Amino acid sequence: MQLNTKHFGIIEVDEKETLYFPSGIPGFEDVKKFVLLGRQEVESPFFWLQSIDKPDLAFVVTDPFYIREDYYVDVDDEEVEEIEIKDPENVLTLAIVTIPENIRQMTVNLKAPVLINMKNNMGKQVIMKDDTFPVKYYIMTGGSEPPR
Amino acid sequence: MLVLSRKRGQSIMIGNDIEISVIDIQGEQIRLGISAPKNVKVYRKEVYEEIIKENREAAIISVSPEQIKGIKITKNEQMDDENN
Repeated sequence: MQLNTKHFGIIEVDEKETLYFPSGIPGFEDVKKFVLLGRQEVESPFFWLQSIDKPDLAFVVTDPFYIREDYYVDVDDEEVEEIEIKDPENVLTLAIVTIPENIRQMTVNLKAPVLINMKNNMGKQVIMKDDTFPVKYYIMTGGSEPPR
Repeated sequence: MLVLSRKRGQSIMIGNDIEISVIDIQGEQIRLGISAPKNVKVYRKEVYEEIIKENREAAIISVSPEQIKGIKITKNEQMDDENN
């Protein structure tokens, strides 16, 4: 299937790689289908969660365990029931990256990771109840304070 | 919007299985108890709105994929600077 994307032009997407988000993503609840782009590239920790429904919509994502070695995801089982997670080993955890024009101010949302069940290609953004990890984690300073 | 007055210890029902009780009132702060089925997610509104706001911000990517790929992260250190 072909997609005319904003950031990558026309790309060919294998339908088998479609990720289905039953609840969409908060703020984009009507967008249910995504695909991961650029994940195989080893030189960069960043890749893309590209919407199939809305080719203009994409999120830069990264591996939160790469950003913080002590990272963990703590959510109730009910939160992930929707995407039928049975074994945490099959879960791919992503964090959405916000990149303003001043790239040094880029942040990663560690409080609300995106979980993907690799067994059934279903995904969901979950919100952790505790405040251990911030919504805006500044990658360049490694904390909640922006770089000067 | 339906507006109801409740006293401490009183509650309201939403449908058959969601109950919101006023546990305590102290000045400007009200402590609420919520019992709801486990599949009903309850968040402080500002937390959920914060995530929505962050997602909307994240969806505006003003830098090119090439620039993003060029970003190096040295863990717990500053970004590689061209002046270095």
